[in-house]
Amino acid sequence: MTQYILRRVLIAIPTLLVISFVVFAILALAPGDPLAQFALNPAIPESTRERIREQFGLNQPWPVRYVKWLQQLAQGNFGFSFSSKSNVSDLIWQRLPQTLQVVGLAYLIAVLLAIPIGIISAVKQYSLFDQVATFFSFIGFSVPSFFTGLLLMLVFAINLKWFPIVYSSTLEVKDWSSFWQQVRQMVLPVTVLVVQQTAALTRFMRSSMLDNIPLDYVRTARAKGLADRVVVLRHILMNSLIPVVTLIALGIPTIFAGAIITENIFRVNGLGQLLITSIQSSDTPVVMALAFIFAVLTVTFNLIADILYGVLDPRVRYT
Amino acid sequence: MNHKRLWSSLPVLAILAMILAACGGAQQAPQAPAATEAPAAQPTEAPAAQPTEAPAAQPTEAAEEPAAVEPGGKLNILYWQAITILNPHLASGTKDYDGATVILEPLARYNELDELVPYLATEIPTVENGGVAEDGTSITWNLVEANWSDGTPFTADDVIFTWEYCINPETACTNVESFANVASVEAPDPRTVTITFTDPTPNPYQAFVGPQGMILQKAQFENCAGANAISDAACQAANLAPIGTGPYKLVELRPGDTVLYERNPEYRNADSVFFDQVEIKGGGDAASAARAVCETQEVDYAWNIQVPDAVLLPILASGNCDAVAGGSFGIERIVVNFANPDPALGELRSEPSQPHPFLTDPLVRQAINLAIDREAIVNQLQATAGVPTCNILVAPAALDSPNTSCERDVEEANRLLDEAGWVWNGAVREKDGMQLVVDMQTSINALRQGEQAIFKANMAEIGMVVNLKAIDAGVFFSGDPGNPDTLNKFYADLQMYTNSPSSTDPASYFEGYTCAAVASAANQWNGTNDGRYCSEEFDALYEEFVGTFDPEERARLAIALNDKLIEDNAIFPLVNRQTPQVKLKNLEGPTYTTFDSVLWNIHEWRRTS
Repeated sequence: MTQYILRRVLIAIPTLLVISFVVFAILALAPGDPLAQFALNPAIPESTRERIREQFGLNQPWPVRYVKWLQQLAQGNFGFSFSSKSNVSDLIWQRLPQTLQVVGLAYLIAVLLAIPIGIISAVKQYSLFDQVATFFSFIGFSVPSFFTGLLLMLVFAINLKWFPIVYSSTLEVKDWSSFWQQVRQMVLPVTVLVVQQTAALTRFMRSSMLDNIPLDYVRTARAKGLADRVVVLRHILMNSLIPVVTLIALGIPTIFAGAIITENIFRVNGLGQLLITSIQSSDTPVVMALAFIFAVLTVTFNLIADILYGVLDPRVRYT
Repeated sequence: MNHKRLWSSLPVLAILAMILAACGGAQQAPQAPAATEAPAAQPTEAPAAQPTEAPAAQPTEAAEEPAAVEPGGKLNILYWQAITILNPHLASGTKDYDGATVILEPLARYNELDELVPYLATEIPTVENGGVAEDGTSITWNLVEANWSDGTPFTADDVIFTWEYCINPETACTNVESFANVASVEAPDPRTVTITFTDPTPNPYQAFVGPQGMILQKAQFENCAGANAISDAACQAANLAPIGTGPYKLVELRPGDTVLYERNPEYRNADSVFFDQVEIKGGGDAASAARAVCETQEVDYAWNIQVPDAVLLPILASGNCDAVAGGSFGIERIVVNFANPDPALGELRSEPSQPHPFLTDPLVRQAINLAIDREAIVNQLQATAGVPTCNILVAPAALDSPNTSCERDVEEANRLLDEAGWVWNGAVREKDGMQLVVDMQTSINALRQGEQAIFKANMAEIGMVVNLKAIDAGVFFSGDPGNPDTLNKFYADLQMYTNSPSSTDPASYFEGYTCAAVASAANQWNGTNDGRYCSEEFDALYEEFVGTFDPEERARLAIALNDKLIEDNAIFPLVNRQTPQVKLKNLEGPTYTTFDSVLWNIHEWRRTS
């Protein structure tokens, strides 16, 4: 097992290098200019912009810049952001809590909703509950978050005025009233994310249950006279959860990636919003740092999922 | 057993939690968010310089007696672009200048009438009061008595330091151009600053004036001039939290998200400042920012609402808010390519040496100008935020030429094309086997695509086919010499964008139409004259303008320069864009400005009810 983990970690290093190289190359070759805002401003002529590009090191060819970036990274330094001229790691730390709060909570709720809904849908296949759950999960699947987000905003924030549109990141939770304010501003973005994530997980849970229901061990359990609840929750569920747990583990890195569209619509200052604004303003160091962190997390959680699989399912052996 | 209970009760728990959350939300609903204390439709006094003609609803009923409003509370401002840095000399966009404006001050700023208002100076120096040398070689500012927010006094040393900081090439100061003509900055005494220019200048108000002239505290930035500016940790921190002399001081900046300010007790007019706190939140989009003011009233003010009227008007109709628009945000124009962008030319494409096959014909250009329906472009898309214009220079108002006109006349346009030898062949005119077909490019933006569509329809009426192209703004404006789609290369026949002079003095603006500024491969397409218009007469006028000192004569020449460009149809001005800001009715103070930050007078903003 240890050997297996070690081997996987070693394989991960070249993988991460290749990922970082590809992302850097794409960013370097993509059009865009961190100073595009000043393009036509005669007060900030080309000579000034050229000087600023030099300061950012953008006058060097991109392979050189990549090597420099790697050297910095080896020292644990992600460099400084072009737009705020401050350390990228500070920016990321500043935004991580909001992302974990909003996207993480949404993921948690989605898992807590999806598993029971999936179970009931499978056990009572083609029942009214199953039909309704299926209907909603297809809606969740097929309606993009920029639509649900705007729709919820229009109905619940603008027409009903139940929730605010603007997410305040300076709100400090000190007492019950500020706690309620925090809850209120989180409801809409969390709902949008829950709708999407629940949809996928419910379908997965349902089909995994359905795979197990007709199997022999289930019939044996029933033949032994076990109560239906015990058969479903003890036997079928435990076996059906194996692929779902893996899926949930693989989904965890996406929490850290934030929710680009939802965060942007609701002005949640999370990592997803940081990523998209940095891409828009060609802030290469920030984009690289985020992309690299996501890559590391994805590789790590892939490994964790694989190990979990073995823990949950004794039939799986690592060699 | 425990397991079983847990699993079976999960759905119940989840549903319970949702119900609880929903009830909580519902109970909270009648309460406005703590930050806003805005009763809806209270009439307000008209702010002094209220420029808007917003079609907002009328105040519903007169208040019995306008009770005096206690100062205090929080002012909530929404920007759809977030502030990332507060050192204006390292700014990466307008938003950063605006964020710094709340804290830092220059010697003088421009008001909504494009007049200079003293800030850290006691008065505006002029030749009459002896502040400006008659030969235009120096200017002397008298400084006010003021303290930095850390309690130390503001002196002439801070002004001198700001100059030294910015002109250090390694600082890579964004505003270095405002000091281009400055030979030295000296302090005869701690309350006086004398700026000496390398050449006599007709416009001595460039250094330390407006958004580009904000003064940094020497004590805070002393070690930050040069390469340290962004590499040193202490300087990085200072860039995000400058100490200022202005009405508010910084509490917290979260780059790319929120800036929170509080009242600066050291401010010289601290008693007149209304709000305890100011928060500028960034992100999202312009339309929902307008909704947050007008419909949910969560915020007091939203910046730069660049959305088509079809979206904006219903939002404004809520009656809770006013649109503030005026001055000039820039002139939306169509630029004519005088060089030939034909791809068959290969390397020589769009080079000034290759004249355009038909756009160099003045009759064709005049016909296009006559066929443009400026009224439709404004009324159908942006009546709240723009006025049709025939001039390329409209601000300051005194320089807006009265001599031009651009009435639509399709008949005359067709007659001109007939005269020029272009004959109809089906829906397109032809001449010498050449069809009247042009490519027109602009950036991707709902408003611009609407304008393109109207232009295309207009041109169809005179037998000209327009192929439309829209390019990502990040590319179009990037100036990237490796990219074919930049406005500098102009690989199209016509292109559309907005531009405006950066100061009340249009010299550098008009320089962009001189032969010397023509963009070509030789200057890496960095010349500011992207249309490659080149006229000896215009150049001569420009030389005369640059060498003239008398303000009245300069104004006459500026108008003459504008008229020459319009007469030659070198460029087709369409709309004077007055990007609206949106504010709650009970917020007094916000106004438009052409040459300064929209927050230039934030020390005067107050709530009226």
